[in-house]
Amino acid sequence: MIPEIGHFALAVALMLALVGAIVPHVGIARGDARLMGLADRVIYGQFLMALIAFGALTYAYVISDFSVLNVAANSHTAKPMLYKISGVWGNHEGSLMLWVLTLTLFASAVAWRGKELPLRFRSRVLAVQSALIVGFLIFILFTSNPFLRLDPVPVEGNGLNPLLQDPGLAFHPPMLYLGYVGLSIAFSFAVAALIEGEVTPLWARWVRPWTLSAWMLLTGGLVLGSWWAYYELGWGGWWFWDPVENAAFMPWLIASALLHSSIVVEKRDALKSWTILLAIIAFSFSLFGTFMVRSGVITSVHSFANDPERGLYILGFLAVVVGGSLSLYAWRAPKLSPSGLFGMVSRESALVLNNILLSTFAAVVLVGTLYPMMLEATGGAQITVGPPFFEFAAIVLMSPLIVALGFGPLLAWKRGRIGRAGQMLIPALIVALVAFLAVAWDSAGGLLMTGFGLGLALWLIVSVFLELFERLQLFKKPEKVLSRMKALPRATWGMSFAHLGIGVILLGITVSEAWTTEKLLIMAPGEQAEVAGFSFRLHGVEPVAGPNYTAIRGHFTVAEDGQVFNQLFPEDRVYTDQVMNTTEAAIAPIWTGDLYAVIGESAGEGKWSVRLYFKPFISFLWLGATFMIVGGVFSLTDRRKRIGAPKGKRSKSAAGAA
Amino acid sequence: MNGFGRFIPLLIVVVLVGVFLSAMMSDRNPKEIKSVMIGKPVPTFEIPNLFDDQPALTDARLRSGKPVIVNFFASWCLPCRAEHENLVTLASGYTVDVIGIAYKDDPEASRDFLDELGNPYAAAGVDRDGRLAIDWGVSGVPETFFIDGEGVIRYRHWGPIVGDSLRVQLLPQLEELQ
Repeated sequence: MIPEIGHFALAVALMLALVGAIVPHVGIARGDARLMGLADRVIYGQFLMALIAFGALTYAYVISDFSVLNVAANSHTAKPMLYKISGVWGNHEGSLMLWVLTLTLFASAVAWRGKELPLRFRSRVLAVQSALIVGFLIFILFTSNPFLRLDPVPVEGNGLNPLLQDPGLAFHPPMLYLGYVGLSIAFSFAVAALIEGEVTPLWARWVRPWTLSAWMLLTGGLVLGSWWAYYELGWGGWWFWDPVENAAFMPWLIASALLHSSIVVEKRDALKSWTILLAIIAFSFSLFGTFMVRSGVITSVHSFANDPERGLYILGFLAVVVGGSLSLYAWRAPKLSPSGLFGMVSRESALVLNNILLSTFAAVVLVGTLYPMMLEATGGAQITVGPPFFEFAAIVLMSPLIVALGFGPLLAWKRGRIGRAGQMLIPALIVALVAFLAVAWDSAGGLLMTGFGLGLALWLIVSVFLELFERLQLFKKPEKVLSRMKALPRATWGMSFAHLGIGVILLGITVSEAWTTEKLLIMAPGEQAEVAGFSFRLHGVEPVAGPNYTAIRGHFTVAEDGQVFNQLFPEDRVYTDQVMNTTEAAIAPIWTGDLYAVIGESAGEGKWSVRLYFKPFISFLWLGATFMIVGGVFSLTDRRKRIGAPKGKRSKSAAGAA
Repeated sequence: MNGFGRFIPLLIVVVLVGVFLSAMMSDRNPKEIKSVMIGKPVPTFEIPNLFDDQPALTDARLRSGKPVIVNFFASWCLPCRAEHENLVTLASGYTVDVIGIAYKDDPEASRDFLDELGNPYAAAGVDRDGRLAIDWGVSGVPETFFIDGEGVIRYRHWGPIVGDSLRVQLLPQLEELQ
């Protein structure tokens, strides 16, 4: 009964979404405020229906109702509750349900928080959003229905892919989806603005918090994903340029560019047409990622089992949404002429450079991801693009960006002076040069790239502090620092945190790549091995049983200078419901890096193959990402940026403009 | 973004959709087609051994009268890592020789890869420029071929051997061969 309620709720949601996609436009054409206002209520209705449907599916998972095909295929009674619930979105059908739920959730948030938007514009935005929801609901109902029944009812389910049975992966997809789907709001705002034929600074102010929220969630999702790869896959890597990873990284790059270009629209009324284009492309990449995971066009260890019918539908949807919005763009772009002009050296130009580099990088990642498939489709030779290509592109394109990141925030709007900014950054340049020379000297020229990376990271970190000191006038009027700290806008703190985060991540990447120590050994219990000055002693290996797996668990103690200070328990698991091995690396973070142990197969005679690592400063990756998210939170809570905030003088002129 | 420039994004998307469509509709969908090589004898070849102290790898190794499995891999390929454990199981548990061919990979990196994850290969060759892979019709790594004792390709597995595929697809094929 419950699954039928969920199924019915989906059908009702589709009806509501159709109404919501059409009626507001009619209302606007007729100037009928009642029809326009319908958009809000219809959106709330869609959210409620999507919530009921998602709840029904979750309930079926929780009680292990194997009469539902989707539950039988993806769950198991022996699974811990956390993974029964994460199993809801750990498969194709369920993940689409999550898509729809978040689409309606974000749209409801716009309806709820966007009361300051003119009614006409808000109902346009919500109508575009409803149209997207229609597309996804048709996809679910006609090709991917999660509520199909199964007869006869199996006594046991298939289980969830053991690799996905991990806290990191339980939360990584929903967070990524929230980010993906959050970008739909920027998309709907862009399409609504194109329909209206006007982009105002106020538009940029409205769209920014949504982009920022989506960007933060994407950042979080990417970090959780790479953290999962780091400890679950057990070889100490954290990013592999896999097509599916790239699919999540490209919208992040474009969203980062969009965040910066919308500042130029807001402050200087320029770059409008470009910003609209970025808003469309960012969400197009979200859809593209979904397509890639499900169509079978590109293969990846992450992709769901796929089916041509689904791939074709989502390709058609992609063509309509992306093609339609870009046609609208081509038609309307000439109307979006800029009014603010700026000089070659200015904050605006720095942000333009940022945009060019980020977008180019996204384009290069796209080409690298698609190249093997495109070559094959055109009958050319068959090749595979590996990490070296992406790493080279990252170094070439991101190095100038990081150099510019130091300068940009010090340049004035409209017309800045590079000499003045340069003078202020001399200490950062000195630190960077010293670091580079020290590494080059120490390695006798063997680690030039490491020195370069370290120099860049320190340049950025020191620049961020120099900028902050300048804004606080730390050296000119030290007695006023506290009051200046309070007066500094939160958005400025946000920027500093986010930029600092990038520097810290780069530091983590550079140091851990260059100085990781790794040992592959055959050890017997009682033996001891030295890794980077730490001695790992294997005490023993014992079998353990989990709820749906059996495992062997190694017991290591780690000592420095004869003092034992930590214990590690790596596991090698075998899942019983679908025979598969997973590695559970044991990781002990200390302040200089991570101690990382993996236990592998038995090597006979009571010996075990083990892998031991010391990864210096690797946690700076997660720390830096946390800084970026914290920066986002600061910026989001800036009073001036709040959508509802601009009242009084500003909103009068804004209402005129909109 | 006035003038012609405003049409560029649209054009790119139209081209991309066309490419996707042709990739999905064509028989080249690599998951579905059987290799054109199935039922044909393996091409003659001679490639260097991954380990310098061992003799070169030739097609004679695949015509020894006993079925063998040929696996194309590379150290930079993530799915290869994912399937590696299954190869080890296959080599140790099913009395069949697995021959590895390192595709477009630095031999040093291939050796490190095997040092790290274990070496399931009875012999391993180096296909540095991917010439051999072209002769075999390999579309990407990993790819696995089952060869009967006479050097005829009997089965091809496209992509990593992960999840159920070892048990459901490969082992029945192997039993049939043996």
